[in-house]
Amino acid sequence: MTAYIGSFLVLLAFLNAILLISSKPILSRFVPDYGSVILSSSKLQFPLTLFSFICLIASFLADDFSLKYVSSNSNSLLPYYYKISATWAGHEGSMLLWCLVLSLWTFLASIYSRDLEEDFRLKFLSIMGLLNLGFLAFLIFTSNPFDKNVSIPIDGKDLNPLLQDFGLIVHPPMLYMGYVGLSVVFSFAVTCLLKKDFKPEWAKWIRPWALISWSFLTLGIALGSWWAYYELGWGGWWFWDPVENASFMPWLITTALIHSLITCEQKSMFKNWTILLSIIAFSLSLLGTFLVRSGILTSVHSFANDPARGAFILLFLTIITGAALILYLKNSSKMNDKTSFTFFSKESFFLINNILLVTATFTILLGTMYPLILDIFGLEKISVGVPYYNAVFLPLMIPLVFLAGYIPILFSSKNRDMKDQAKYFFTSFIIILSLSFLSILLFDEYNLSVFIGLFLFLWIILNLIYELIKKIIITGNIQIFVKNIGMFMSHLGLAIFILGATMVENSKIEKEIILSLNEKVEINNYTFQFMNLAETEGPNYSAVIGHFRVFLDNNFITDMYPEKRLYNSSEMPMTEAGIDPGFTRDLYITLGTMIDQDKWSVRIYHKPLIRLIWIGALMMVLGGIFSVFSKKRKNSMVNAS
Amino acid sequence: MKRRTIRIYSISLVLVLLSGLFFMFIKTFNDNLLFYRSPSQITETEFPENYVFRVGGVVLDGSLVKSKNTMNVKFSITDYEKSLPISYTGILPDLFREGQGVVIRGKLGDDGIFYAEEVLAKHDETYMPPEVLDSLKVNDEALQKTTESMKINK
Repeated sequence: MTAYIGSFLVLLAFLNAILLISSKPILSRFVPDYGSVILSSSKLQFPLTLFSFICLIASFLADDFSLKYVSSNSNSLLPYYYKISATWAGHEGSMLLWCLVLSLWTFLASIYSRDLEEDFRLKFLSIMGLLNLGFLAFLIFTSNPFDKNVSIPIDGKDLNPLLQDFGLIVHPPMLYMGYVGLSVVFSFAVTCLLKKDFKPEWAKWIRPWALISWSFLTLGIALGSWWAYYELGWGGWWFWDPVENASFMPWLITTALIHSLITCEQKSMFKNWTILLSIIAFSLSLLGTFLVRSGILTSVHSFANDPARGAFILLFLTIITGAALILYLKNSSKMNDKTSFTFFSKESFFLINNILLVTATFTILLGTMYPLILDIFGLEKISVGVPYYNAVFLPLMIPLVFLAGYIPILFSSKNRDMKDQAKYFFTSFIIILSLSFLSILLFDEYNLSVFIGLFLFLWIILNLIYELIKKIIITGNIQIFVKNIGMFMSHLGLAIFILGATMVENSKIEKEIILSLNEKVEINNYTFQFMNLAETEGPNYSAVIGHFRVFLDNNFITDMYPEKRLYNSSEMPMTEAGIDPGFTRDLYITLGTMIDQDKWSVRIYHKPLIRLIWIGALMMVLGGIFSVFSKKRKNSMVNAS
Repeated sequence: MKRRTIRIYSISLVLVLLSGLFFMFIKTFNDNLLFYRSPSQITETEFPENYVFRVGGVVLDGSLVKSKNTMNVKFSITDYEKSLPISYTGILPDLFREGQGVVIRGKLGDDGIFYAEEVLAKHDETYMPPEVLDSLKVNDEALQKTTESMKINK
């Protein structure tokens, strides 16, 4: 029964979306008050999709195996919290989640757009409606989660063991909030193109939306990285996997966007460029969906898939992006920048920031798409390895990060005397360079990348903190701090991330060895002793648990328990890593395979400062959120009538 | 110098720099491409010695031999036309099993054995890497039969 209601609600949402988009072009001829129709239908979209989503959750909780989607992604033995999160574990349900998040953003856009001009607002919401319609059509015609089984199985096939984890509960919803949040930015940009203008007030209105999407995207990616680290059993935090790239590309473009929007707002410049970035950001998020859902990639995210789905998304992507770009070509020249460009200014550094970010995105796009294109034409099957990204992407990031530590200072001070500025620049540069030389002596590894990483970390941290302290002491009020806290937080977060990533990648120790019971192995002053093995039963799996005792310089620190699980219904083996997390280092053990009686192959890793990667990312998220709320956004943002 | 001369010089300098960067970029890209071959596509003369590339296929039934004291394993992969012996030292992925599609990165030795550096088997028992599925040298009906136990959804 719930399934029928859910199915019906999806259909209602679809019809509602049709009403939403047809109001402006068609209904307006007959009904003078068509505006209120648009406003209410854009709000109604959310409850309809939400209740349909709740129906799907209810079907999972009730073990309704008459539904194909439920029976292939759940099992009666599954704990209830995984039954709930299994709702978005497969393709169909995650598309319903996508529609839900899209309707939520539409709802929010409808509520908070009161300050926009009436006509602008209605066009903007209609375009949001168009996106809703497209995804609902995709859901209904190619991936309906409420489809019935021909014959009802006794029990479900079970959720993929890899997904029976806390990560599944949080990672997809957060990532989708980010991905789909970009639809607001996209619709707004298209409306600006239709209006042939992009006023500074409009830039001010859209920036919080871009910032919040960016924050969610950052959080979603960071959670994914953390999940992959502890769950996949390889101890890596980033693999340059095509699906990771698919989320990273919109992130880079949105990062460029939140910087260029500042210039739009303050100087009324870069209008065309910003509009183009908004279109690209959402197009890349659609491209990501296409890559993941079409099943053409080899990735942890790929599951057996239906080619029709890929074709549908590709068509949708082509239409949406194509239409937006044609409109851009036609109308963007009418949005001229009014002010003239001065060479040594905040704008020119933002331009450099944008060029670097866009180039970086392009290199990733090439690495991700080139193999696919060759394959489609049947020319060659290739893949692009990690060394490519390290060789091409990282050098582009060095000047970008260098600027992130200096530009905020350069233009915040009132002193615009070039000589003083240059003096400060060279003094801080030399001090920090020598500090980096000194601090590199603390580490065993001396190589160029450690040095660059350390230098960039110190460069951002010391410059920004010195600036903060100086400001607070000189001005005596913390106003300036409160006003810019978001920027400071996210740039400091970037520095902390860089320190973590540099240290992990350059001084991690990874060992694969064979250990017998009671045998010891020493890694970087830590001694690991293989104590024993025990068998145990989980709610829906049986497991072998290894017990390792860890000593540091012969003092006992902790016990670690890596597991090897065998899930009952799917008979899939799974490795659960034993992790001893710490601020300065993680210890990481996974069981490999049994070589002989009481003799196992094991992986033992020592990962210095790996937590800083996610701590840094969380600081960026907080920075994004603070930026939205720290500046007073007055009601006079956009000329309200 | 005239203003125009300076402009011409600076523009050409930028162009030279840009094309240099672009050249380096293309070179890096080419150096880091990993080619994929199925066992029947491998010819010993195609790649130089110690060239790293990827192979893929289905792990041949009964071919897996584990060493008792080291982490070395030997097995063969097949595309149903030819098979290729693989040697790997390290821990195999959880889902590695006979009859499963795998993708392997490594080098071809003089002895005709492919020395693996990395073995990938994906985390879904119904999933077949697209490269492997494409290169299987069987008609669909035969594929259905041989892979029935693996529940591949095409």
